[in-house]
Amino acid sequence: MTVTTAQQHKHKPLHKDTHTCYHCGEDCPPSPVLSQEKHFCCEGCKTVFEILNTNDLCQFYQIDEQAAFSLRNQSSTSYGYLDDPKVQDKLLDFTDGKSSRVHFLLPQIHCASCIWLLEKLYQILPGVYSSKVHFSQKKIHIHYDEEETNLRAIVELLANLGYAPAINLNNLEEQDKPKIDRGFYYKLGYAGFAFGNIMLLSFPEYLGLNLHQDQFFFKLFGYLNILLVLPVIFFSGIDYLRSAWVGLKHQELNIDVPISIGILALFGRSVFEIISHTGAGYLDSLSGLVLFLLIGKWFQQKTYHQIAFDRDYRSYFPIAANLSKNGIIKTITLDQLVVGDLIVVKNQELIPADAIIKSGVAKIDYSFVTGESDPIAIPLGEKVFAGGRQVGTDIELTLVKKVSHSYLTQLWNDKIFDKKQDTKASTLALKVGKYFTIFILSVALATLFYWLPKDTSIAFNAFTAVLIIACPCAVALAIPFIFGNVLTILAKQQFFLKNTNVIEALSSVDAVVMDKTGTLTTRKKNNIAFLGKTLNSLEVWMLKEACGPSNHPKSQAILQYLEDHYEAGDQYGLKVRGWQEVIGKGVETDIGHHKVKVGAAHFMDSAINDKQKQEGVYIQFNGQIRGQFLIQQPIRDGLAPLIDYFKQLGPIHLLSGDNERERSYFTPYFEENNLHFRQSPKDKLQFIKELQKEDKVLMLGDGLNDAGALQQSDVGIVITENTNNFTPASDAILAAQSFKQLPDLIQFTKKSIRLVYGAYAFALLYNFIGLSFAVQGELSPIVAAILMPLSSISIALYGTLSTQFMGWRIFDSPATEATRIKNRASVVT
Amino acid sequence: MSTLRTNTDNFMTIIVLLIIISLIIALGFLAAFFWAVRTGQFDDDYTPSVRILFEDNDKQKTN
Repeated sequence: MTVTTAQQHKHKPLHKDTHTCYHCGEDCPPSPVLSQEKHFCCEGCKTVFEILNTNDLCQFYQIDEQAAFSLRNQSSTSYGYLDDPKVQDKLLDFTDGKSSRVHFLLPQIHCASCIWLLEKLYQILPGVYSSKVHFSQKKIHIHYDEEETNLRAIVELLANLGYAPAINLNNLEEQDKPKIDRGFYYKLGYAGFAFGNIMLLSFPEYLGLNLHQDQFFFKLFGYLNILLVLPVIFFSGIDYLRSAWVGLKHQELNIDVPISIGILALFGRSVFEIISHTGAGYLDSLSGLVLFLLIGKWFQQKTYHQIAFDRDYRSYFPIAANLSKNGIIKTITLDQLVVGDLIVVKNQELIPADAIIKSGVAKIDYSFVTGESDPIAIPLGEKVFAGGRQVGTDIELTLVKKVSHSYLTQLWNDKIFDKKQDTKASTLALKVGKYFTIFILSVALATLFYWLPKDTSIAFNAFTAVLIIACPCAVALAIPFIFGNVLTILAKQQFFLKNTNVIEALSSVDAVVMDKTGTLTTRKKNNIAFLGKTLNSLEVWMLKEACGPSNHPKSQAILQYLEDHYEAGDQYGLKVRGWQEVIGKGVETDIGHHKVKVGAAHFMDSAINDKQKQEGVYIQFNGQIRGQFLIQQPIRDGLAPLIDYFKQLGPIHLLSGDNERERSYFTPYFEENNLHFRQSPKDKLQFIKELQKEDKVLMLGDGLNDAGALQQSDVGIVITENTNNFTPASDAILAAQSFKQLPDLIQFTKKSIRLVYGAYAFALLYNFIGLSFAVQGELSPIVAAILMPLSSISIALYGTLSTQFMGWRIFDSPATEATRIKNRASVVT
Repeated sequence: MSTLRTNTDNFMTIIVLLIIISLIIALGFLAAFFWAVRTGQFDDDYTPSVRILFEDNDKQKTN
């Protein structure tokens, strides 16, 4: 059920005296936080332990040993805005002033212990009546007493426990009420009920008991059956009739057209037989048909509650901002912000709307907007764009645009986002529906005209019988059962598709476009190594002082490296006298009588001749090169075979919002002309549009800056390190650890299309057997009642077993990588 | 002859009665199913299976 474990990496302790955190089990930093003689990696973990301990809830650690996760990277957020009645009004599901109900999305929910702890909130916080977790949706529903506690206290408690609720702009704009289609269950339930009871009432007919003499029973059973079947057609099966009608209006013969013809023929013929007392009708077959169709639909409609495919920027943006008015700072919701407002943006907070910097040192990380990963320093008076993240100290901004009119958010005004999600419809079902309808209608009419001169009653019987037996129930079930299963198997490989139509689209792509940062390169850990003699504790301290104030990713990477590999370092009573960062070069600082420089080769005092190693970050103490850090933004594993596979499909392009400094990493993989840098989100969208003139485009992306391209492409796949994270709207979500599996996954969808064709052949065989009875006018109700469920069940079995086997062969069988690649090549060509 | 006729009549009455009863029972189950769907018992098909395994020791101190 869980998509990712909370603890993503547990590296081995590097020193003997390293402690592991009592709460999360990760290694503690050299100076751990202490409480009750237990070690903690951070204040956050300590707080959770203390809450659990004082409330006798330490069982949390026993239910699931992987339960706790580190809170080291959790940012502290102010929830002051939750006191605003307007915000409360939007968030609460229900309130009468005394007690309220609310639900939150807690992306951190991952195990049984989470459920246990979160449902014990009433023990921790007086005033909470009850809390109920919906595990697969990762939601918690809380019922609380307004007089004893309040929304803010509850959210702060959740945040302290490590389950900070995801409250974002989305919550403000619309209530995300759980959209559960309960109507479908009613339809399915009624169809099952009617099927069983009509069969029961038809039993005498099956056994050949001659009730015809007993007009009373005959009539009673017949009329009861009609009564029972009416809701089957006009309640349970109404969607098929409706879809057929819509199809006809658009002059399309979709698969629901022959199905609806079958349903209506069954019903009309049966009602005629029953009323004219000439037979028992086929109402059992009719209700069985609708029941099987609905079961197929149920199978196909698998939803991954924890994953949302329709997010836009509103899911990323916070719900509130800090408004500064006459020196007083107040949190207000984003929808109340107007042009000219002065707001304060703290460290790690998003800029909500385009604005001009009034005061403070702005360092903006635009990775959301452009994919550029290095923070940019922006001087006072310059414009900053919504979606940027401030790194460092507080800044004050004056808004120049409204939230919804800002540079990034405007991307969503492109008309591609207005398109209905269903436009990527199943072409396969459409094609089949068309030929099928034409075929049946011609067979039925031929039968009618063949018999008409000989015997009008046989002519009528045979005509309706053809329409009945040819009803493509088995054909209609092939896609739900096969593709439904494919979705499940792909989900096991951490590849989640929005719906079954994506399978078809994915199997026919012939151009691939990839984003760089976060897609081909990981954001997670820097691959870093130190070349040089081991640093002493003074050097470690001085390096930390030099790199600490800098937000350059390379400085941060070096700091992380020092944390991981060295003790805290010793100051030896020295003082920092000066520090400066030279953009594009490095940092330098004076500590006591030492001069420290960290940066690129050309930043060092003496020239470095070693051409091979120019790329690294050098450190220099007092004019002497001390060593070199090799830092590489790591490219994901398995990129080379992936590119080889995509090259067989068609042209591949790299689209990056970043600058060209990493071009050299990618020249081995891509053709020089297909590397595109400095692409704005709009450029990416346009690029895909151009490509689509000739090709079906697969887009691989990860961030908001790819949102337009993902939406425009035929298949947009988002790659994410953690499926709990918010991802932009897309057709499919791929967990980063399955990245190198992508060729196999696409191959699997290609093969599943073949399975569908196999199923069609199978279903047609049944239809021909039935038709041979029907054209002779000899279709007895019992033949129909046996043939119809038999074909449906065998198709369902075939679909399930064949896809399972195929999945096993591709993903689980011990076939070597080499044969797999060979197989791939043969299918592609 | 007359006894046979009466037997058939009785037989028919019983069948009709049984059918009516069986339909009513079936309708009862249908209503129960609709009620279960309406009260949200089909909304979450995972959490209850975990929840039932927790021991109910609210007030006791564990370990």
